[in-house]
Amino acid sequence: MPKKLAKTDVVIVGMGAAGGVAALPLTHAGLKVVGIEAGGWLNPRDFAPDELRNGTRNWPQSVQKAASEAPTVRADSSQKAVQGGHPMMNAVGGTSMHYWAQSWRLNPWDFQVVSATKRRYGEDRIPAGSTVEDWPFGYEELEPYYEKVEFAVGISGQAGNVKGKINSAGNIFEGERQSEYPMRPLRTSPFTELMTDAAHSLEWNPFQGPAAITSELYDGRPPCQYHGFCNKGGCHVQAKSSTAFTTIPKAVDTGNLDVVTYARVTEVVTDNDGKVIGVNYLRGSEEFFQPADVVLMASYAYENVRLLQLSKSSSFPNGLSNNNDQVGRHYLSHHQGSPVIALFPDNLHNWYGLPAQGVAIDNWADDNFDHSELNFIGGANLWVHTDRKPIGAAKMSTFGRTRSWGTDWKKFIMENADKTNTAYIQKTTLPYETNYLDLDPQVKDPLGFPVTRITASYKENEKRIAQFSQDMMEKWYREAGATEIIKTGLGNVMGASTHAYGGTRMGDNKETNVVNRWGFSHEVPNLGVLGASVMGTSGARNPTLTVQALSWRTAEYLVANWQSIAG
Amino acid sequence: MSSEKKNGKSSLPSEHEPVDSSRRNLLKGASMVGVAAFGSSAENIIAQDGGASSRREIAAREALEVLTSGEAETLDAICNCLIPSDEYGPGAFEARAVHYIDKSLASHNKSMREKYMVSLESIDRYAKKTKGKAFHLLSNDLQISVLSDVENNKVPGCSPSGKDFFNMVRNHTIDGTFCDPYYGGNQNFVGWDMINYPGIRLGASEADVAAGAKLEPNHQSAYDHDTYTKMASNQLLGQLGRNDDA
Repeated sequence: MPKKLAKTDVVIVGMGAAGGVAALPLTHAGLKVVGIEAGGWLNPRDFAPDELRNGTRNWPQSVQKAASEAPTVRADSSQKAVQGGHPMMNAVGGTSMHYWAQSWRLNPWDFQVVSATKRRYGEDRIPAGSTVEDWPFGYEELEPYYEKVEFAVGISGQAGNVKGKINSAGNIFEGERQSEYPMRPLRTSPFTELMTDAAHSLEWNPFQGPAAITSELYDGRPPCQYHGFCNKGGCHVQAKSSTAFTTIPKAVDTGNLDVVTYARVTEVVTDNDGKVIGVNYLRGSEEFFQPADVVLMASYAYENVRLLQLSKSSSFPNGLSNNNDQVGRHYLSHHQGSPVIALFPDNLHNWYGLPAQGVAIDNWADDNFDHSELNFIGGANLWVHTDRKPIGAAKMSTFGRTRSWGTDWKKFIMENADKTNTAYIQKTTLPYETNYLDLDPQVKDPLGFPVTRITASYKENEKRIAQFSQDMMEKWYREAGATEIIKTGLGNVMGASTHAYGGTRMGDNKETNVVNRWGFSHEVPNLGVLGASVMGTSGARNPTLTVQALSWRTAEYLVANWQSIAG
Repeated sequence: MSSEKKNGKSSLPSEHEPVDSSRRNLLKGASMVGVAAFGSSAENIIAQDGGASSRREIAAREALEVLTSGEAETLDAICNCLIPSDEYGPGAFEARAVHYIDKSLASHNKSMREKYMVSLESIDRYAKKTKGKAFHLLSNDLQISVLSDVENNKVPGCSPSGKDFFNMVRNHTIDGTFCDPYYGGNQNFVGWDMINYPGIRLGASEADVAAGAKLEPNHQSAYDHDTYTKMASNQLLGQLGRNDDA
């Protein structure tokens, strides 16, 4: 029997980007919160600029829980799924410790893909087999929460639309904001300036993207030092606005948040009335039961879904909150692969910098351009950035000029290590009937529980966006002087991703969605879900800021409706 | 020390003179003890004398944690084919990629030890059978020929296959040539100098970025910075009341 602990108001499963934000409004309102985290506390001394350890060896300081239970993957249900890697990590702050920290608001179109598409292009333009729905609310509903998070966490960027006033230095296509960003954008670089000039000569609208990274002194944290080890490294000066250095310590300071580290939740426990009463977790070999009035799941898309599927009871024989058979459905891995790689004649000066120090093009994203004559909906955000490290540089593409070793190769990398760039192209990705998550029938994690199985592939709409956006990217690179271009494959199977969406989708219709418009289960009133698993569309940009805005909103709703939800 | 080294370099045949930027790197490296010791070995390899005597000299100062001396000799020669010491400057041999790989097989890459064991032996056997000598004693041209056969799956017995083993060794040789020197490779920063990486800094100013590859290389490991090691230990020593220097 697990050891029963003292009851708390709220348990949050996972102290990462989502749970770490929700903890702040909850604890400020006086609720007692226990945050259960698989990883431990790390501090800036753990963030050495060490490419081998951080990148090649996947940052061993973090607890490798996500890696040890990596999903198996297959393109369709006729195949056997194979276990691959998983790039997420476990620590207080979660992957917000070592992510790229690009912090976008979704475009208003992403909230109403179905109605807006039908209105502009007709009924038949929704791709066949897609289960996409409009969100239960529009961008305007989430706008105040985006703003709260931007200030609480600390986002730098250039606004393009404040109260309807368009500023061409920012993203002219963004939804209307009520205020500027709390900090100016990160610095430009010779390379971002080269690409910005090229975009202007194409008459596109380049802008610096928003980042959860300080560009100036903010909330006691120093500005970014641009040393080049941001990706997978954590920030040695706490310039990266990870929840570990922003909202979580503030929530701890209220005296109302207790963070339990190195603990693995194994089950969400329900009573005979179908309400949740707490969670079981393992810490080392000890088993505990943490009772709570409300449980919020915030353990990333795969683990949110898996924990529900594993938590079977008499009320929920097919997994918690799954009596409508929706848990695991409407899954998608963001199509952020299929890059374009360029070779330039001159050095790009990219040895220092970071993935969030870049320049974006949104002219071909979302519905910012006319799709009447095109055979797809949605589009892509084109992103180029600074960031280069020696091992990665030595493994650069040879553009077919030499074999991959020996004297000729060595001469090639000596001349070209700082002359190449790889574009990051994030594409609208839709959910489909045949793409889903379930429990793998064979592969188990080290504790003996089945891992998640991803059955999913990109469909025609995603591949057409990939092709179209690669052509645009080539145009941009060529305008900037690139002499050689490689376009990689258009994508097939959806692998385990740092941008995983769906599985517990949010919507008013409980026949097709797991959680309601506030993030609480349609079937279990005191169970909430935080994270991109509630998102029904991806947009063409990184999910974290939207996840955090939704988390804040769910937490505020819980505070305002405590009696009816917890009672 | 450095003048002795420069003299050593100037005795190279003229076609072995380093070109443009790599010359700067060689001369910089030449002021450091390690390269001074290894430099002559590289020349021996270039001269295709097998380099046996100088390799023994290095092995005496490098513990082998996992590999046998025979395996290390084969692997060192493979690394030298992948990233050669040549007219463009030092390579994986001077970086001591083999030393890095040996240490990694005792730690993070432990699970790959058996692949090295089986494959290195198979490559050496193939070299003896088809070229008449152990791999590390072959001329550089013949070594390249054998290694191409490994890459093209023509060498029996490699694990899991010739091509897979080749790709793994290539990755590890790059890791060992361009990693932080803390891990036993990239010795004297020959890898970072090779591609004009100016080195690890705690911050890069706009002027640093503008200088780019022309920035003076600082030749520091991440763990030369107090932030990640010494400060931490000194603080701990202070807490324990044992900081004699304080």
